[in-house]
Amino acid sequence: MSTTNGISAIPAQGRNDKIDFSSDQEIRWCPGCGDYSILKQVQTLLEQSGKKKEDVVFISGIGCSSRFPYYLDTYGLHGIHGRAPAIVSGLRSVRPELSVWMITGDGDALSIGGNHIIHLLRRNVDVNVLLFNNEIYGLTKGQYSPTSPEGAVTRSTPMGSTDHPFNPLALVKGADGTFIARSMDRDPKHMREVLARADAHRGTSLVEIYQNCNVFNDGAFEVFTEKANKPGHTLFVEHGKPLTFANGTKGICIKEMKPRIIDIGPDFSPNDCWIHDERDNFKASILVRLFDDPRFEGAMPRPFGVFYVNDRPTHEEKLQAQVKKAKEVKGPGDLDALLKGEHTWTIGSIDQLRHRRRTLAARRSFPEWKATFPWQRAWEEMCAPSHVEH
Amino acid sequence: MSTSLKQPKPVETRENVVILFAGDSGDGIQLTGSQFTDTNALFGNDVSTFPNFPAEIRAPQGTLAGVSGYQLHFGSVEIFTPGDQCDVLVVMNAAALKANLGKVKKGGTIIANSDGFDKKNLRLAGYIDEADPLTDGSLANFHLHSVDVTKLTRTALEGTTLGMKEKDRCKNMFVLGFINWMYSRENALTEGFLRKKFIKKPEVLEANMKALVAGYNYGETSETFTTRFEVKAAPMPKGTYRSITGNQGTALGLIAGAQKAKLDLFYGSYPITPASDILHELSRHKNFGVITFQAEDEIAAISSAIGASYGGAIGITASSGPGIALKTEAMGLAFMLEIPLVIVNVQRGGPSTGLPTRTEQADLWQAVHGRNGEAPIPVIAASTPIDCFEMAFEAVQIAVEHMTPVILLTDGYIANGSEPWRFPASKDLPEIKPPYIKEPNDGDKFLPYQRDERGVRPWALPGQPGLQHRIGGIEKQDKTGNISYDPLNHEKMVRLRAEKVAKIADRYKPIRLDSGPSEGELLILGWGSTYGAIRTAALQLQQEGYSVAHVHIRHLFPFNKGLGPLLKKYKKVLIPEMNSGQLRQMLRAEFLVDAQGLNKIQGMPFTSEEIRAGALQLLKA
Repeated sequence: MSTTNGISAIPAQGRNDKIDFSSDQEIRWCPGCGDYSILKQVQTLLEQSGKKKEDVVFISGIGCSSRFPYYLDTYGLHGIHGRAPAIVSGLRSVRPELSVWMITGDGDALSIGGNHIIHLLRRNVDVNVLLFNNEIYGLTKGQYSPTSPEGAVTRSTPMGSTDHPFNPLALVKGADGTFIARSMDRDPKHMREVLARADAHRGTSLVEIYQNCNVFNDGAFEVFTEKANKPGHTLFVEHGKPLTFANGTKGICIKEMKPRIIDIGPDFSPNDCWIHDERDNFKASILVRLFDDPRFEGAMPRPFGVFYVNDRPTHEEKLQAQVKKAKEVKGPGDLDALLKGEHTWTIGSIDQLRHRRRTLAARRSFPEWKATFPWQRAWEEMCAPSHVEH
Repeated sequence: MSTSLKQPKPVETRENVVILFAGDSGDGIQLTGSQFTDTNALFGNDVSTFPNFPAEIRAPQGTLAGVSGYQLHFGSVEIFTPGDQCDVLVVMNAAALKANLGKVKKGGTIIANSDGFDKKNLRLAGYIDEADPLTDGSLANFHLHSVDVTKLTRTALEGTTLGMKEKDRCKNMFVLGFINWMYSRENALTEGFLRKKFIKKPEVLEANMKALVAGYNYGETSETFTTRFEVKAAPMPKGTYRSITGNQGTALGLIAGAQKAKLDLFYGSYPITPASDILHELSRHKNFGVITFQAEDEIAAISSAIGASYGGAIGITASSGPGIALKTEAMGLAFMLEIPLVIVNVQRGGPSTGLPTRTEQADLWQAVHGRNGEAPIPVIAASTPIDCFEMAFEAVQIAVEHMTPVILLTDGYIANGSEPWRFPASKDLPEIKPPYIKEPNDGDKFLPYQRDERGVRPWALPGQPGLQHRIGGIEKQDKTGNISYDPLNHEKMVRLRAEKVAKIADRYKPIRLDSGPSEGELLILGWGSTYGAIRTAALQLQQEGYSVAHVHIRHLFPFNKGLGPLLKKYKKVLIPEMNSGQLRQMLRAEFLVDAQGLNKIQGMPFTSEEIRAGALQLLKA
């Protein structure tokens, strides 16, 4: 079974009391869009997960992918362009028990929402982020995106894009993402397995999904998804297994700190390959950099699967821990004490005013300062003796 | 001298005093001012303050740009403003004198740190030929006291282990001690404050305490100061008081609102002057279920608050003009989602970065109109530091009970200013009732946009079974909330949302005069932080026999009922604003009334005299 590690926990068959997670809304993506496949896998995963519909929330930004929440019978919020990570952060801060999913695209997450996604990742908010990457702006009808390759001819770049594209997972790694994975719309089984792993992870799980836009950027990932090319250009990584591809005929090893392609055969065995370790921070940094343009001779294969997992605490755990601690130390909030503050005075109590006057009078005749403060000596030298009160 | 040295110095009684502390922004002026304020408030005076500082944390030393000021008006009578002109000006250097001399009354007192008037300081302050105003006779119209505060402080701290720089940092405590003596106040409150602040730095604590006492004793011993003053406690309503700044008031009002609604409070915010103190205050009260989130930017600040409200907390965000500008798209989303949200704008001088540490009321149109499409959001404004508490509470109340974002306007003037507050008991604050829903409202189906008689939709929270629904910023079908591009549905929805917001006026009390006759020659209408100056001017004009009334509005969109008819009862209407006439134009448009403006756009609040003069001019026109 060419599975991603840890998938066996998912039952092969749906549960008997299967819940239907699809909503009553008509789906309005273009026929043939890769989004259908992703929706199907998410629905299947949710149905098999045993989650209650009311405990699941989908948050999205703007773009074709961001219509996703309308098609699931869960709670959903279709937000504004690029801001889904911020909406998620607020929701998770106050409702850590919910299962929260964020749906975004390459434009939504990496262009207009670029600032938010990196902060979501560094904070490690517990959410499953599905980044639909189609390397094009679809909803606005075909402009280049921050992941479009340099030279891409689109409606806004008739002479080719002059922008260098993002390597999305290198960006995620740079922002200290705690779960980094890649899958593709044309491999539903792999996608479901990766999504299940993402769902099981506590923290920001980011899954980049190569998704075909058959209207504006058809075939962008053909080299990775079509049977003929797939073996030579893709590398499916599994925890504890050697990095091999091309039906086991080739592998990746690390030599002098650099990844190199080796031929498995008389000279090298799979044991000579790099053994994938999801927990290896440094190797993950190399893995996300396997991002060669597949059109070039000798290009490294593109990795798919779970690249990296790190179990550091989530943002909401730390927030809630502070609230809990504050309640333990200070006691639950007492509104009257808060309104009262630290210093108060009462008007209408004569005694209090009298007391103040007495202390003032006492202060005036208080003599000890002369002995205590050396400035007095200097002062007496400066002034005539008669200037000083005795 | 043959004067009776063994007698305490004579004490003169004053009804009210305006004192202005000024110095370099690193001189600790704000601390001195706020400590003297708290001491007077604790004594029982009515107080009003105006801190005024440069945008730079450490502006060039000794220059006019670097002058920081703290003005305090305290009295045994009711005080409404920080005062137009000062009785006493305390300056730490030449620049502080030059920047503030115009604010001192003729015959007023100037206390100057002579060490701050050396050649370098005189040159930096721009005194021609480095002429020293302390010695050249140019201050003959004032009572001038030149004191070498630096030297006296250093002498007082001889024998401590602190370096010279650290010793000099205690100068402000020397000044405070001296002023405490001059106005017959105790050092006790400040001593308590210092003990807490420097609990981990005993040497710094000792030095500050010594400087404070040294300053006090200097008053006793110095021959120059023959008289001390006393300002008796004000005849304020009986009760227990505390001192509060506007930003504190806002923070406490928000917490009180959340508590009364039994909601957790989520505050998403990005640091900005002059709103950051709300974040600082709220972050100290996590035991009230308060979560503060310092977001990556202003957009994330409001968006995270929207996410929290969606989850069932009260989401709140605050900023100032430039930050509010960044939030406007998200405000539109919250408006479309119809979920509770409070947006606080602590206004400062604009446009763009503008005058970060100065005050202005120029974001009214931004609040009322500043969104794409027709997205009316209720706008309310606080008029005093105490009112910040009340309006913040009301903002939560409206947001939660009417399922809408609410904009609360305050400004730098009242946000940093303070006054005595006879704080309420929690039991006297009204309960806030969120429009929760427990089960589907249409057979076994849930209609998230099914409205009640106020036009308010139900609040269904994630986790509630059977109420799953999808909402978003895209136009939605009436009742179901599903996406709809139907032309007639869109018009219907625009009208339904506007009606809902208009109906919020039903909960407001009808408009009421602040002072003056119910009809007559002139109505002065104000909003926001101009309250104190207008009230003082109106009371004075009424005493002088003029037919002048004052009304102050706190609800700017929608307006209180009865405002239109009220405007018609006066021959003339004057609207003082710290902008070019934004409310005036709104009132003209809404009520077809020929209101006149009195506009000051200097980043500084009105003085009551300016209002009085403007009113007289219009009366006589």
